[in-house]
Amino acid sequence: MIEAKHLSKSYGGKPVVEGVSLRVEKGKMTSFIGPNGAGKSTVLSMISRLLAQDSGEVLIEGKEIGQWKSNELARKISILKQSNHINVRLTVRELVSFGRFPYSQGKLTAEDWKHVDEAIRYMDMQDMQGKYLDQLSGGQNQRAFIAMVIAQNTEYILLDEPLNNLDMKHSVQIMKVLRRLVDELGKTVVLVIHDINFASCYSDHIVALKEGKVVREGSVDEMITTEALKQIYEMDIAIQSINGNRICVYFT
Amino acid sequence: MKKRYLLIALVLLSFVSLFLGVKNIHPLDLFRLSEEQLQVMLVSRIPRLVSILVAGAALSISGLIMQQLSRNKFVSPTTAGTDDAARLGILVALMLFTSASLIEKMIVAFVFALAGTFVFMKILDRVKYKDAIFIPLVGLMFGNVIGSLTTFFAYKNNLIQNITAWLQGDFSGILSGRYEMIYISIPLVIVAYLFANKFTIAGMGEEFAINLGLKHKQIVNIGLVIVALVSVVVMLTVGLIPFLGLVVPNLVTIYAGDNLKKSLPLTAMLGALFVLFCDILGRILIYPYEVPIGLTVGVIGSGLFLYLLIRRKAHDA
Repeated sequence: MIEAKHLSKSYGGKPVVEGVSLRVEKGKMTSFIGPNGAGKSTVLSMISRLLAQDSGEVLIEGKEIGQWKSNELARKISILKQSNHINVRLTVRELVSFGRFPYSQGKLTAEDWKHVDEAIRYMDMQDMQGKYLDQLSGGQNQRAFIAMVIAQNTEYILLDEPLNNLDMKHSVQIMKVLRRLVDELGKTVVLVIHDINFASCYSDHIVALKEGKVVREGSVDEMITTEALKQIYEMDIAIQSINGNRICVYFT
Repeated sequence: MKKRYLLIALVLLSFVSLFLGVKNIHPLDLFRLSEEQLQVMLVSRIPRLVSILVAGAALSISGLIMQQLSRNKFVSPTTAGTDDAARLGILVALMLFTSASLIEKMIVAFVFALAGTFVFMKILDRVKYKDAIFIPLVGLMFGNVIGSLTTFFAYKNNLIQNITAWLQGDFSGILSGRYEMIYISIPLVIVAYLFANKFTIAGMGEEFAINLGLKHKQIVNIGLVIVALVSVVVMLTVGLIPFLGLVVPNLVTIYAGDNLKKSLPLTAMLGALFVLFCDILGRILIYPYEVPIGLTVGVIGSGLFLYLLIRRKAHDA
């Protein structure tokens, strides 16, 4: 379990996150939603040690995040940020193999390569594993990075807007893979996501942030209601039930 | 670009290099060298060959490391103020201790080179506009600011001639007893190879590195120390060889990609080969005189650099 207690962070005197406390349950998919500037990415960065909090604490399985050895933590928790347009000429396979770095420090064993192969298969990228990242589309790049995280084989997988710049087909594909990671491999997935309908269709738990605070959290049934969304987004959003999923109609 | 071909070319050219010079030594004489010929071999030819190979490999690798860590293909010791800061350091050493030994010069120059590179990396962090061409321009400006300081103080202290001597790389002055410092580069190259994977990851950005449990700052610092030390050691023994750290790594990564484990050995070999080739060219062109290596590498290197720039423009369009 990841536990955040009274997290705060400000930039240049301006508070971005104020007193956020939350719990991420094991084996569930948790989505952070909320308007722009709500502090979702900042919270995600703090609970994954990319960013130091000004006050408050983060506990990973009961142990304060700073107490973990960075290498041990890298086998426990992985984080993928939205800014992945890294201008680096690596092949997909090379990138995925870096996911094994916390285990092998670069000297990959047969066991490591097995994980690399599995991750590539999981993301269905066998036919393009020898290609350089800069030869691939944005969606394929995103899939390659997720494959790396899968090879990293951590219990917790944190993703900051993994659907950014993806078309519908690839968005659905990625959400399905993330769901499979939870259902088949028992992983804990946390993501920051803008499309509330994806959050509604795939998550187990939704945390809503607004102006640096958690305004509401709960199951999909509790969160995807006209009343809750009004509080979060200040919009009147009708909810339709389609094939058992709660779909938000917010376009008009 | 196969390792094997690079190796064959290296061996062949090394052979040529050993038997090229004013003092005529025929390859067939190798096993019955006269006393005098043996002296020429040991005192001049072999030290020269060794320093060419080491300098070429080490400088190219430091360029590769800098490009990876700064995530910019056009950053190198020449375009990041490292070389200029090292020269300022040498001047300071000359001013502080009137007859500074090579080691004293090296230490002071190293501190300056490291500080200069550090400041450049800090500037890089602050610059919002991370255009591929803009960054090295900032580096060149930064280097020139340091360079003008050097010139100013050199003028005041009548040291202009001493300082310009370090400006131009030249292997003709390499004699046994005056070049051994360059061996310091060899362990540095080995360390660089051991850290190759970590440099690759660090080059993917701080967040990427932290995710994989890597101490990003520490890796960057190790990289910068290697770069600064190599630059200083080569500058003090051979002199400045411009563009080498820029052109060679770029040529290699076009073919081999940015995985340092793969590109680093190739860069070292191509770097050594390139310098060896330029040196032989410089020795043949106006035989029995020599064109200094700084000039041949500078001319060929800047030509290749232009080619890379234009190629990039075409690539972007």
